[in-house]
Amino acid sequence: MVEFRYRDDEVSEQPSVTLDAFLDQSNATAVRLEPDDDGRALIPFLDQLTLIEVAFPKYRDGRGYSSARILREAGYTGELRAQGDVLVDQIAFMRRCGFDSFSPEGSLNPEAVERALSTYDQFYQKAADSAVPVWKLRHG
Amino acid sequence: MKLLTGNELGSGAVTWWTGSGWSIHVEDSADVGEQGEAILHAEEGARRVNAPYIIDAIDTPEGPRPAHIKDRVRALGPTVRPDLTLKPADPAAGEWII
Amino acid sequence: MYKYDNYDQAIVDARVAEFRDQVKRRLAGEITEDQFKPLRLMNGLYLQLHAYMLRVAIPYGTLDSRQMRMLAHIARKYDRDYGHFTTRQNIQYNWIKLEECPDLLEELASVEMHAIQTSGNCIRNISSDQYAGAAADEVADPRPWAELLRQWSTFHPEFSYLPRKFKIAVIASPEDRAAMRLHDIGLELVKKDGELGARVFVGGGMGRTPMIAPEINPFVKADDLLSYIEACLRVYNRYGRRDNIYKARIKILVHEIGADEYRRQVSEEFAHVKTLGIDPPQAELERISAFFAPPAFDASEVEPDRSDPDFAVWLDQNVKPHKQAGYAIVNISLKPIGGIPGDASSAQIDVMAELAERYSFNELRVTHAQNIVLPHVAKHDLYAVWQALREAELADANLDLISDIIACPGLDYCSLANARSIPVAQKIATRFADMDRQRDLGELKLKISGCINACGHHHAGHIGILGVDRKGVENYQLTFGGSGAEDVSIGKIIGPGFDEDGVVDAVEKATEVYKKLRKGDERFLDTYRRVGLDPFKEAIYG
Repeated sequence: MVEFRYRDDEVSEQPSVTLDAFLDQSNATAVRLEPDDDGRALIPFLDQLTLIEVAFPKYRDGRGYSSARILREAGYTGELRAQGDVLVDQIAFMRRCGFDSFSPEGSLNPEAVERALSTYDQFYQKAADSAVPVWKLRHG
Repeated sequence: MKLLTGNELGSGAVTWWTGSGWSIHVEDSADVGEQGEAILHAEEGARRVNAPYIIDAIDTPEGPRPAHIKDRVRALGPTVRPDLTLKPADPAAGEWII
Repeated sequence: MYKYDNYDQAIVDARVAEFRDQVKRRLAGEITEDQFKPLRLMNGLYLQLHAYMLRVAIPYGTLDSRQMRMLAHIARKYDRDYGHFTTRQNIQYNWIKLEECPDLLEELASVEMHAIQTSGNCIRNISSDQYAGAAADEVADPRPWAELLRQWSTFHPEFSYLPRKFKIAVIASPEDRAAMRLHDIGLELVKKDGELGARVFVGGGMGRTPMIAPEINPFVKADDLLSYIEACLRVYNRYGRRDNIYKARIKILVHEIGADEYRRQVSEEFAHVKTLGIDPPQAELERISAFFAPPAFDASEVEPDRSDPDFAVWLDQNVKPHKQAGYAIVNISLKPIGGIPGDASSAQIDVMAELAERYSFNELRVTHAQNIVLPHVAKHDLYAVWQALREAELADANLDLISDIIACPGLDYCSLANARSIPVAQKIATRFADMDRQRDLGELKLKISGCINACGHHHAGHIGILGVDRKGVENYQLTFGGSGAEDVSIGKIIGPGFDEDGVVDAVEKATEVYKKLRKGDERFLDTYRRVGLDPFKEAIYG
């Protein structure tokens, strides 16, 4: 269940296949990455993908943040979804890493999510979002 | 005996289940026997205690004495700052811990 | 020192507001302890043995008198009138109330302080050399680089859920005063063809499996540093072990895949990250560096009057040469004989703040040995400083001597501990209370940890003591031969453990062996390295 989505286009109806399955039969348009999957394996295929789902079986396992950024850095512009043990207090970091949709296991209060996303408007580092880091604001 | 202990959510103070409520004094604690888990869940759910758990203790004339030194330090306070313990004026307090 | 601009202040203020809201939700029961725990940890708030413990960040151990006074105020208003300075240059308060914590953090934010990322599986306080900006042997002040790293690591969106905590140290001299090689990442600033860069070491650490960080890159330019460190962290975030918390530090990854393979992976990642444009321009490092320009030194060179013998002793032991003529570096010992290592009362903290304001261009340092430094004291002021310290019971002349003990809080304060460490420190210091005896023994770095997590850095002690739980009873293992300096080494357990009095006796016997066998001006550590363990073992175990 995609509860929070920050894209204008249509939600992909295609079921996600595993990375292994995708690499075997590469006409799927939706892939699911587990924490120990190497997102870079998808780089040759980014154009055909409309959805990459990154699994967070436990919120403490932060590998998905790197997967997301790597995919955005490689030029992926499709939907990048965080799925699983996603808590409201991780959403802001996930957005900064390039996630634009969320499918949390638990239910999140939409007001809390909105609050989490608007708490900070200054950021120290350049990431996968469009935020201009503070050092750039300082020096242009 | 088994004692149920935890912390007050807001203040962080160490607390002990007395059988009917919570006290910061381990002397007030009650043997929860086999009921510990059930009481723990009820009290935690009602937010009358935070981070509760059950420990072993020995019954003594002075009251329950936690079996492990760590729990005794927790019950009374740091051995190196008797003035910051729950019994600053009691010279025997340090020995009770150790 | 660094001063926040409105961006820095906005970030800290937003964090205070966010935490205030999180605490409100926790107290109202809207989030469980399980959900709240990582949030409060990222604000340095532990649920510890006695109560909530708050660890306030002191970035690279540098603070001014206004901030020091705030630390005293926090101790008085929110705690029990004292604070504990730690082996990562931070300060801890042991009796904080959750419901008061947001107000406390707001007060800290008003003086540009915070408790951000002092706990949790994220990048922690960047530590540095306590003599930065004052030592003659540095190639540059390392702190602008530390500040750059502090900002880069704060709320880093990719690296906030690492396999485990991550500690970075930055130094800029061949002498390592910050135990740099025992950090997850250690940086040593060096010059190459006139250009300033960093030697990068990755994979050091203490704890259960102590390791010395191997060099991963001999020279990374300033312009490349953040990209390079980003690459180092990304490789760790992706490939660090997450199956076992005792094997989750980066030292295990570097050890298991080997330094060469780690270096190769970082190189590859760096080549990619470098294309992303994440490095700030040179102008940013220059902007930060301007805050660390030398103060307006104006004292002339004098030799302090040594006629007061107690002053002379303190001068010789605790005062170190400054690169600027007319000035000196003052070390304030927080290790009074029989006292609690690293603790200072609010009154003492205020005294140190006052002295910094009057005599040290408003600046203080916290050392990883749990002492305080006044970095820029005019020599003609040393006597006045010493007199004020003496009145505040801060004038123990024991820097680097056997009673200058690093001790973790241990079982008296910490729920992770297996044994009490502070009483052992007190007993050892008391046994060696005679200052002549201490000075005769010379430099002897003794470090005590109450458990294997090694927050007392016992692996890096010339003499190290590790408290263990032996069938419910406190027991102490002795190690010899560790060092956190540039002659870095990890101590070795000498044999079976002792009870509390037994380990004090064993330490004493070891010092007797040292005195018997030493040659020239060898330190304890040097004699041990030369003669080996056997003579010591024989004396201790018979």
